[in-house]
Amino acid sequence: MLNINNLHAGVEGKQILKGLNLQINPGEVHAIMGPNGAGKSTLSHVLSGKSGYEITQGSVSYQGRDLLDMEPEDRAREGVFLAFQYPVEIPGVSNIYLLKAALNAIRKHHGLNEVDAMDFLALVKDKVKLLQMDEKFLYRAVNEGFSGGEKKRNEILQAAVLEPKLCILDETDSGLDIDALKIVADGVNSLRSQDRSFLMITHYQRLLDYIKPDFVHVLADGKIVKSGGPELALELEAKGYSWVEGQAA
Amino acid sequence: MSSSAEKIEDLIGQEYKQGFVTELETETFEPGLDEDVIRRLSKIKNEPEFMLEYRLKAFRHWQKMAEPDWAQLNIDPIDYQAISYYSAPKKKEDKPQSLDEVDPELLETYKKLGIPLDEQERLAGVAVDAVFDSVSVATTFKGKLKEAGVIFCPISEALNDYPELVQQYLGTVVPTGDNFFAALNAAVFTDGSFVYIPKGVRCPMELSTYFRINAANTGQFERTLIIADEDSHVSYLEGCTAPMRDENQLHAAVVELVAMDNAEIKYSTVQNWYPGDKDGVGGIYNFVTKRAECRGVNSKVSWTQVETGSAITWKYPSCVLLGDNSIGEFYSVALTNNFQQADTGTKMIHVGKNTSSNIVSKGISAGKAQNTYRGLVKVAKSADNARNYTQCDSLLVGDACGAHTFPYVEVKQPSAQVEHEATTSKISEDQLFFCQQRGLSAEDAVSMIVNGFCKDVFKELPMEFAVEAQALLGISLEGSVG
Ligand SMILES: Nc1ncnc2c1ncn2[C@@H]1O[C@H](COP(=O)(O)OP(=O)(O)OP(=O)(O)O)[C@@H](O)[C@H]1O
Ligand SMILES: [Mg+2]
Repeated sequence: MLNINNLHAGVEGKQILKGLNLQINPGEVHAIMGPNGAGKSTLSHVLSGKSGYEITQGSVSYQGRDLLDMEPEDRAREGVFLAFQYPVEIPGVSNIYLLKAALNAIRKHHGLNEVDAMDFLALVKDKVKLLQMDEKFLYRAVNEGFSGGEKKRNEILQAAVLEPKLCILDETDSGLDIDALKIVADGVNSLRSQDRSFLMITHYQRLLDYIKPDFVHVLADGKIVKSGGPELALELEAKGYSWVEGQAA
Repeated sequence: MSSSAEKIEDLIGQEYKQGFVTELETETFEPGLDEDVIRRLSKIKNEPEFMLEYRLKAFRHWQKMAEPDWAQLNIDPIDYQAISYYSAPKKKEDKPQSLDEVDPELLETYKKLGIPLDEQERLAGVAVDAVFDSVSVATTFKGKLKEAGVIFCPISEALNDYPELVQQYLGTVVPTGDNFFAALNAAVFTDGSFVYIPKGVRCPMELSTYFRINAANTGQFERTLIIADEDSHVSYLEGCTAPMRDENQLHAAVVELVAMDNAEIKYSTVQNWYPGDKDGVGGIYNFVTKRAECRGVNSKVSWTQVETGSAITWKYPSCVLLGDNSIGEFYSVALTNNFQQADTGTKMIHVGKNTSSNIVSKGISAGKAQNTYRGLVKVAKSADNARNYTQCDSLLVGDACGAHTFPYVEVKQPSAQVEHEATTSKISEDQLFFCQQRGLSAEDAVSMIVNGFCKDVFKELPMEFAVEAQALLGISLEGSVG
């Protein structure tokens, strides 16, 4: 599904990703951990097409296509979804309006008709229930005045409605209280399927207790320096990043 | 500047869809303005004697006046002698024509503009007065309205058919010497709509006037007068477009509204005059004096405007709240783009007791445009318990535009409550990227954000206009994110 090969990328002349390799197959859940400033969010931005990044080397193929050559909205329409580390507020635009506009843009791209208003409402309410959110959130402006945890939950609501193929979660667990973490994890688990893949960026092993990854990678200084199974996360928790960073050097 | 900021600026490419010219035979005055021109104008319109006097008085006053220079506008000098003050399609005979007799060219023009003048085709519930350059060319549903007692006709016709009624009200809200452009209008106005809603009547349909400038080197001087007698209600809509031309053209209008006891007037405008090209060449100079008097107790006037066109907009629809408990409202969206300039806002003058006013202004500035809100809230000593609430928001799209806010408040009555809130925000690259990451094009994202920003105003528009207004904003923001 996703094949990242020797990716080098930077911003404003600063090199951040320095030869990153990663392969994700359909249905797999990959967790990426790593110290602050290692380049995790940068990776998520480069994959989703945020402007301002310079790709100096390497390639990314997604479903057989050159991902880096696609417009950000086309990547989204083809199923790349990023749950942002810091979701933005959009005053005046209601959550439900955004969801509908986004869903219709994606459907149009795939040659489908606009979603029927009643069907859409039923779908959205179903997902709101899944994430145990109050329906009132649908009619509030996107993220405006939402608490940190509510914003994160709202990102997963969008994923649930838009049903992406590759779901990148950038620290979705940060800022969630214990109960919310469980609810969001349940939401993510319900999205798991044979042809949907996840790339989860996190600092905390606890998330991985709820969402069992197939692989855990350590990203340090712009590269994947170690990969393993879920047990790697436990080991990291015990020994800290200096352990892998020392190994890599 | 990052590439995404450039993209936002690009977004503002403007595609003006009403810029065509209709070819037809016209009767047009040579450019120039003197008393003789005014006499000819009055004669051609077959006006009663008092009108000529009115015009000449205004003209003499105007000659002594100077153009106002207090607005935040950069205006190339206007040569008033280079303008033609009358241009009208040639008619076979000179008296009122029925719809079937209107030149097919003209019907076609309005059809192209989305305003079918055929009563069958027209969306039921909206009557239209079509003003083409200096004359009204057709008015629909006049008969049906007359059955309800409502007078809806070109003002030139009203001057012939109801001279006393016009004389009683004309210039009582905006006096001839009110300001430079109002004086000019009083001297040379050619057409516009006249509306009279009798006591106790709720106008059975929406009334609307569609103003079209077609001829080159002419000015359009429109005059509209709406009187809502006691316990009546009317909703009126106004739309405007013009061809694309490299020369600036002048549109100087005066609109007067009078609301008697318990009467309500809802006046909505979608102004889409040609704004000039992306380098700032051409476009309409729009200098408008719009004022309402809430003369009666419990009367209410509501101005709603969506201003997307014109090279220059100078316009302050106002309410003089004379009657006790009267209400004035102003809801405005002003979008400026490329080199457009707008200096617009409102004046709410509280005179009666318990009067209240509500102002919601949304200014959107893109490209290299300048957008100014200028508002006055004045509470006289007599206006016990007057209330005003003003919300004034600016949205910037890109880095090269400007937004300015000048709220003036004069309160002479201590029991008055006047509140003002203002915000300025900018569409950020992060917001755009977020929307794109959800599958929207950058264009649709900007349009969605701008429409969200204007929501509070759009909901005040009649349904049909709200849809048009949203589409119009979309077009104005169309065509450039690469
Ligand atoms: N626009 C920018 N200009 C300069 N440096 C930048 C810019 N954006 C990111 N960086 C730097 O790139 C490095 C990687 O940032 P990134 O956000 O990818 O880290 P991260 O791994 O997500 O960290 P965290 O765990 O704290 O979220 C950091 O040192 C950051 O300061
Ligand atoms: Mg990060």
